[in-house]
Amino acid sequence: MPTTSKYNKPATRRKLSLWEKLYLFEIVRGLLTTFKHLFRPKFTRQYPEERWDPPASFRGRPVLVLEENGVERCVACGLCSRVCPPLAIEVRASETELLKERYPVVFEINMLRCIFCGFCEEVFPEEAIVMSKDYELAFTDPSQGIYGKDRLLTPKAQLKDRLDFLAKMRN
Amino acid sequence: MPKITIDGKEYEAQAGQTIIQVATDNGIELPHFCWHPALTVAGNCRMCLVEVDKIPKLQIACATVITDGMNVKVNSPAATKGREDVMEFLLINHPLDCPICDEAGQCKLQDYAFDHSRGVSRFVEEKTHKDKRVAFGPNVLFDGERCISCSRCIRFSQEVAEQPVLTFVNRGDHVTINAVPAESFDNNMSMNVIDICPVGALTSRDFRFKARVWDMSFSDSICPGCSRGCNVRVGVRNNEIMRLEPRNNPNVNEYWMCDYGRLSTYHAVNDERLAGPRMKDANSLQQPTDNDSAARRVAQELSKYKKEEVLILGSARMPIEDNFLMLKLAKEKFGKQHIPFIPHISGQDERKLLRADKLPNAMGATLMGLVADGHYQHVHGEKAANATVLELLRSRKIKAVFALAGNSLADAQLLEAFENVEFFATCSSNDNVTSRRADVVFSIAQWAERDGVFVNFEGWAQQLRPAVSTKYYMRGRDQMHMSRLDRFGSPYDKWARSNKRDAREAWRFVQLVAKELGSMSDHAQHWKYQHTEEVFDEIAATNPEFRGMSYEALGDMGMPVASNKNAIVQPKYEEVSQTSTMRVESVGSVIL
Repeated sequence: MPTTSKYNKPATRRKLSLWEKLYLFEIVRGLLTTFKHLFRPKFTRQYPEERWDPPASFRGRPVLVLEENGVERCVACGLCSRVCPPLAIEVRASETELLKERYPVVFEINMLRCIFCGFCEEVFPEEAIVMSKDYELAFTDPSQGIYGKDRLLTPKAQLKDRLDFLAKMRN
Repeated sequence: MPKITIDGKEYEAQAGQTIIQVATDNGIELPHFCWHPALTVAGNCRMCLVEVDKIPKLQIACATVITDGMNVKVNSPAATKGREDVMEFLLINHPLDCPICDEAGQCKLQDYAFDHSRGVSRFVEEKTHKDKRVAFGPNVLFDGERCISCSRCIRFSQEVAEQPVLTFVNRGDHVTINAVPAESFDNNMSMNVIDICPVGALTSRDFRFKARVWDMSFSDSICPGCSRGCNVRVGVRNNEIMRLEPRNNPNVNEYWMCDYGRLSTYHAVNDERLAGPRMKDANSLQQPTDNDSAARRVAQELSKYKKEEVLILGSARMPIEDNFLMLKLAKEKFGKQHIPFIPHISGQDERKLLRADKLPNAMGATLMGLVADGHYQHVHGEKAANATVLELLRSRKIKAVFALAGNSLADAQLLEAFENVEFFATCSSNDNVTSRRADVVFSIAQWAERDGVFVNFEGWAQQLRPAVSTKYYMRGRDQMHMSRLDRFGSPYDKWARSNKRDAREAWRFVQLVAKELGSMSDHAQHWKYQHTEEVFDEIAATNPEFRGMSYEALGDMGMPVASNKNAIVQPKYEEVSQTSTMRVESVGSVIL
């Protein structure tokens, strides 16, 4: 004999009145809402012709800061790769004659793994790696998802917004 | 026996010991920079301050000799405050360049700044600037700013390396360490100062910036550089050896290893490796092949010749297991009593560590029943002839050679004499003269890719452990040490996939050949070894020198063979160097 518990009670259905059964009024009311929006300003952005400029607080693709003298700020300390939760960053360091002593020979971010958490930016005291405004990341091949130094280095001037924002937040 | 009390607990001690020795013996870690168990006491870092009853001022534990009934307080407010103040002084002029510094992650100053300092600096003035990147010698670079003047390197150069060329110069804030003018710190033990430097002031020119400590896995193994067999720790990242560092074994190498072993042994594992087995085709060009057909070819060729026309060569570069099976093959299939190995003596025995005998397992091979070339008797039917391998080859009595390993043809005379050999099969790990000359070459694992036992010249049997994974040794499955990347990454990651070589232990190929030969007689059932440990167990069961040994019993420290009369020295004070890596790991796993 089947037992009834609170999990297998038969469904109870409310009795509808005649007016409710017709549901014509509800359709008209819905259509009215739709037509009202014909005369309102458009929200839709005509991407990609029209692009969005994110605010400075936006966390897009992480990039490496290139100083004015053409040298990257990064000293290949590996802290970003250490803190990266999905292990997306690989750094291999070597020695340079410059004052900073070490520099990255290989710096790769696997953008298929990156979760845009911004830890890499946060962990480094000198802001050598920052989150850019770049949000256009589409690949046709997995190998394109691995960004090397050539695609990561971004001149400091282009990152002014973010660097100013970070300086502001730090104090 | 005097008794002292440390933090309310009573410990037995020996007269003449210092407080830090008693504490370390009993597992209490007192912070210290300048004290090192193998060096004299300098007492100049002041980090090990403790409070001792009836002495008005704080005392340094490294230089205070105990008296009976002494009451030491390590964690009293006064002692803690004292150490905090010492840390503050040490950090005043220490640059905040941990992100650049190679020592970060295994730095005593970093650890103690975490454990024993306030965490805030009151020093707002400019730090002193000193010389950076000063070369003390060919292998050691010095960064004056990072130095905390503990004088460990100076004492090492005087007491252990016995080349007293390092010294303090200047005074006060400007104190720094210099090599004596026109002198270079270039002895063969110089790189040990890098290990004992508690901060990153001394760096290795070879390793500088190659890898971060927390990205590497460290596996215990044995240096194959000479017959000393120093205990080492192998640092591996992306399946490539980054560096070797010594591991304390009071019976063999204490805390040290030589620069020769440190710098010259790991390249053979990383570079110029054979991609797999190769075999010469009809046009005498080496082509890739598979192990089974290579073994079949070796068996076919070897059985074409008379038994006395075949020369089986062992190798003291290979662990005893390989030599044991090679000798077994020679006895069973070719009726030989002994097989030779070619010794490699170069240079002189150094006063410490480095030996003239550059083969790590010459003693082991001898104990297995192999004979060093020169004392070898090759049996021709009834008559035994005393001849070196070179003379045998020149006399054209040898038609086929099956060699265990090593670059046996590096000697030009030997290479020339090999012209007389019709068939030459060898096992080799690297692409070299020998492997290029061979008709069949098996691709074998290097010392860092396998298990095995080396016996050093004093008769210490010590264990090799795999540090680098191959196609057959997997980190997760075979209990190899794993770095953070190995542990948290996936099998599809670059570092997990990269350069896994098709290389196996040499004895496996000896076994394959034996099986192929055995199919013609009835010996096949003996050759059923699955793992190197099984071969070793058979050695332990049959050879009285190795009685009672097993991989488990050998452990980290090794065991002396039965004929070795040396008394076993117990490790006295452990200098722990990997503590901070451990801490980083544990913090890491919490974060992740």
